[in-house]
Amino acid sequence: MNGQPMDKVRRKVLACAAATAGLVLAPGVTLLAAQGADSKKRWGLLIDASKCAKDCEVCVVACRDENGWSGHQRPATDPQWIRKVNLRDPATGFTWSLPVMCQHCTSPPCVDVCPTGASFKRADGIVLVDKHICIGCRYCMMACPYKGRSFVHEKITNQKPYAPRGMGTVESCTMCVHRIDAGGVPACVEACASQGGGAIISGDLNDPSGDIAREAAKYGVGRIRSDLGLEPGVLYRGAPL
Amino acid sequence: MSRTIALREIKGRSRGYWLGLGGLALLAGSAVAATFYIEHNGLHVTGMNNQIAWGMPHVISIFLILAGAGAFNVAAFSAVFGRTVHAPLARLSGLLAAALLFGGLSVVMLDLGGPQRLLVAMSNFNFKSTLASNILRYIGFLIAVTAFLWTLMEPRMNRYSRGAGVVAMLLGLSVSTGIGLVFGFLVAREAYDSAVMAPMFVAMSSSFGLAVFILVLAGACSWTGRPLGGFIVGRLRNLLGIFAAVVLYFTTVQHLAGLYATEHHGVERFILMEGGVHTFLFWAGQVMVGGILPLFLVYSPSARKSRRALLAAAAMVIIGGLSQLYVIIIGGQAYPLVLFPGMEVSSSFFDGAVNPYTPTLPETVLSLGGAAIAFLIVAVAMKFLRFLPETLADAALDPHYRPPSED
Amino acid sequence: MIRSGIILVFLAVFLAGPPASSAEQGGVPFPVLAKAQGEKCVAPAEDMRRNHGDYLLHQRDETARLGIRGGKYSLKKCIECHASPDAEAAGAATVRPFCAACHDYAAVSINCFECHTPKASGGNPKP
Repeated sequence: MNGQPMDKVRRKVLACAAATAGLVLAPGVTLLAAQGADSKKRWGLLIDASKCAKDCEVCVVACRDENGWSGHQRPATDPQWIRKVNLRDPATGFTWSLPVMCQHCTSPPCVDVCPTGASFKRADGIVLVDKHICIGCRYCMMACPYKGRSFVHEKITNQKPYAPRGMGTVESCTMCVHRIDAGGVPACVEACASQGGGAIISGDLNDPSGDIAREAAKYGVGRIRSDLGLEPGVLYRGAPL
Repeated sequence: MSRTIALREIKGRSRGYWLGLGGLALLAGSAVAATFYIEHNGLHVTGMNNQIAWGMPHVISIFLILAGAGAFNVAAFSAVFGRTVHAPLARLSGLLAAALLFGGLSVVMLDLGGPQRLLVAMSNFNFKSTLASNILRYIGFLIAVTAFLWTLMEPRMNRYSRGAGVVAMLLGLSVSTGIGLVFGFLVAREAYDSAVMAPMFVAMSSSFGLAVFILVLAGACSWTGRPLGGFIVGRLRNLLGIFAAVVLYFTTVQHLAGLYATEHHGVERFILMEGGVHTFLFWAGQVMVGGILPLFLVYSPSARKSRRALLAAAAMVIIGGLSQLYVIIIGGQAYPLVLFPGMEVSSSFFDGAVNPYTPTLPETVLSLGGAAIAFLIVAVAMKFLRFLPETLADAALDPHYRPPSED
Repeated sequence: MIRSGIILVFLAVFLAGPPASSAEQGGVPFPVLAKAQGEKCVAPAEDMRRNHGDYLLHQRDETARLGIRGGKYSLKKCIECHASPDAEAAGAATVRPFCAACHDYAAVSINCFECHTPKASGGNPKP
């Protein structure tokens, strides 16, 4: 290098830099083309509370069986990814019943507050917990307005192979991401359609011709605590929002 | 005040010292044992659950961290603001600040769902999270206080003590603010979601930190036979009164605002009237024992001269502070989340229900162990390094001291 | 005199202690890996032995955070091939004996199976 004029040295450096940049960027190009969560999609649910019978728990049972979160008969510490909430208007006596789960918000407070970034939103809108880096601080449980998260208080065995879960981490409804990635629908949707009132449908909120968009345009839907501005991906119809 | 006051190590050879050290070490060891027990069996052996996610360990650890940040105020008075009267106390103040913060930090680290994940926590940061940025503030504060103590103890570094003091003081302020915002940023809960949390926690940290400092100073001087004069006691008394009053002020503002906004009437009714243990702790613990009684003991003419009254006031401020944190942290979770405003709600996941909390032995031992670790650090450090002034008698400190007449 | 005696005893115990690898003299047994299914692994054994940790960590982030499934180093695929009857699981086929054989020997603890089931499922989840 010492004997050569500055121009040649400069050219060599630039060539090396360009090659390095190309090598660094090239895998990214292939990554973009790979499968995985598609940011053009936004998975969501639409729940028609008027089709929910008060004592029907088919969605809860299906979720529990699918993801394996049965309890230890300790209701205070057992996880509940989805539950049926019963409402009553004290002024009129009218009642509703509807399932509530992680609302898969567009601006999830749980993602904002997670100190390690374990609570994250996938490109297609599904909010998940990366249990590899969850340290079990439970701050997301403090932050969630919908009580969507549960902490795993006891040792777990016999996990489902597509739904890993372990003690000391936080978990919540995954919208059956393993089913969605395989082109299917969440377990609660399937069970409600076949054994319940057909109250829950799932789909791509971004698809104007999809089921959810068409029903939302026809009937008018709302979100729980929409005043918080979190824009949940779970829409409700026929509920006092 | 004609001579500078020397600082000297404590002898640390008395039976009382060793017994005390042994007791603290036993408590700290029990806390570690409790951690292993909780970690092995899962958090279901504690009173914390899916409704009350943060419990006693968080109350105690946040108290310790706040007290740590506030205990540095005494050092700041002399190092930053130039009140040389407090200069002999600066080293003890720094030591206490670092020790309390470390104790609080150890509790919160040991309470994690997986403390073995500490390495994970240190290598993955989401800076939008107040909890993550707080960890950096804690570490920064610890380093700054240590550096400050070094500038005091190394004669060649003495001229940098003002700069180091400013840095440590600002970091201490950011620690208290950060903890307040951990709660203040939570829009979900009716009892939080308020900017007043930040200044209120700064006031709380000053108050709790000074109260702990007063008790540690009085205890250390009394047990090592070093004189503690009425002059410095009077200064500390006035400061305690001011800080306790400011905390009471912010509490009043917080609840007045809640009472004005109809939206918050539910949670205000819960805390102020119908919350059972939370209402009791608020009025009896936080307001009466933690606010009104200490102010009376500090300012009433009959109690002004009594040293015992000041010590009692400091102890009361601590009890009141613990009550306040219990009401904020646990009371805020006990009140149910509001998903459907105006509706009566029930579910298998305790929607709409007030959530009870009963701490169990493992989590209580874990919490107290953190305090034990903090005081262990202070006790051992005082024995090996010069933290405690030889004398704080009026003759040495009071600039207007006149020896009592001979008659 | 006594101090040198104590040092001698100390050295004798720790230098002449049990040799490293022999199972007959009470050490940790040298790993003997159970035969896996299929012809060969997704990468040469030497490569996997050294780098399987990196591959798995990279794969887990791709799957968990990006949703890319069925990659070359998918943990589920490892389990399907490397599972063998496990006494701790009442004879069911799990991958624990395979992983534990080397990890116990090298004293490198892993916590994959705190969350992931080590059992071979023998099939794909229904769509």
